[in-house]
Amino acid sequence: MVFADLSFRVPAGGALLLTGSNGSGKTSLLRILATLIMPVGGRLLWGARPVAAEGAAYRAQLDFVGHQDGVKPSLTPRETLKFWTALRATEKTRAPRLVEAALTAFALDQVADWPCRWLSAGQRRRLALARLVAAPASIWLLDEPTSALDQQNQSRLERLIAEHRAAGGRVVVASHTPIDIGSAAILTLDSFSPSPDDAAFG
Amino acid sequence: MTAFLGLFRRDLSLALRHGGDTGLVIGFFVLAVILFPFGVGPEPELLQRIGAGVVWVAALLAALLSLDRLFEADYRDGELDLLALSNLPLELAVLAKCAAHWVGTGLPLALTSPFLALLVDLDPSAIGTLFASLLIGTPSLSLIGSVGAALSLGARRQGVVLSLLVLPLYIPPLIFGAGAVEASEAGNGARAYLLILGAVSLAALAFCPWASAAALRQALE
Repeated sequence: MVFADLSFRVPAGGALLLTGSNGSGKTSLLRILATLIMPVGGRLLWGARPVAAEGAAYRAQLDFVGHQDGVKPSLTPRETLKFWTALRATEKTRAPRLVEAALTAFALDQVADWPCRWLSAGQRRRLALARLVAAPASIWLLDEPTSALDQQNQSRLERLIAEHRAAGGRVVVASHTPIDIGSAAILTLDSFSPSPDDAAFG
Repeated sequence: MTAFLGLFRRDLSLALRHGGDTGLVIGFFVLAVILFPFGVGPEPELLQRIGAGVVWVAALLAALLSLDRLFEADYRDGELDLLALSNLPLELAVLAKCAAHWVGTGLPLALTSPFLALLVDLDPSAIGTLFASLLIGTPSLSLIGSVGAALSLGARRQGVVLSLLVLPLYIPPLIFGAGAVEASEAGNGARAYLLILGAVSLAALAFCPWASAAALRQALE
């Protein structure tokens, strides 16, 4: 077990910044929020209802950008984004516009038709983040979103997060580097490491 | 439906683009069959007798060869998370991937088989049956294989674990596939064999996506 006894809520337009040392459970908490793993104990609510009961309806509200980029070397950024919009079952008429908007949002137009194996680590990261624009959702779960990003692109991301929150979206960011996401609640996971009693079965 | 087709199309273009996954499978299939005359001697009667079995076993092994990549790349680069969170239920995602895998391997295997039938001197009347049996039987290879591929995700020496899991389950399609060809060589109708082979594929279609999806969920934890 990596953490215990923590509690938080993210209101509409709100943001939560998860900090903590390596191994303190930032990624695990994000994956719990994404319903990819089950917590040993505790409740996860969406509004007043448990997330487990909402299932697909809750997952449709999520955009999860993990610490891996999920980019296939032989596809181009445009094909990758097109596939991601398809996974969200975006209508055919809207999809091309969203893909173009996503490419522009992270200045990937230049490399849009290159195979992704030619992209740098930072460009791949931008492509992974461009999914936030291509497949819009109201809850953003971002795991170390700024890794490999330069200052200019970090500002792009910060601006995007600000716009998303202004439109009523929720953001949860795990990061150990400074990132400006506006007024955010901060949860430092180190303070929730389980007590030795709990750790006995962890 | 958009998501299903999107995943199917992407997997297919990955298979065709990735330095020819399909080419590799066909190359292995042809070579494996060609090796037999060197091993057992070139007598036409002998080859004719074992031909159907040889082609079918080579097809199984060739299909197996491409299975480890079914979920592996998505698992390693995190895209499996996206599939799990997409609008597509994981069971249908498995089905889309199996369909793409079949078009990329099973279908080309069936299309190559008449040529190999000539190499092993199969009776001309049985060539059509060989083609039909592979066409009907190979979907079950992709579907059964997906369960093994999902269960062995993240294992060290995944390819070996996968073979041990999947090969025993390939026995039913092998028996009825090779049996169909032998029956039509002997002049008996192959219809019953082909129908049972179809039933094996349909049973795999009904059962395997669920089993694979469950194994994938386990792998994501």
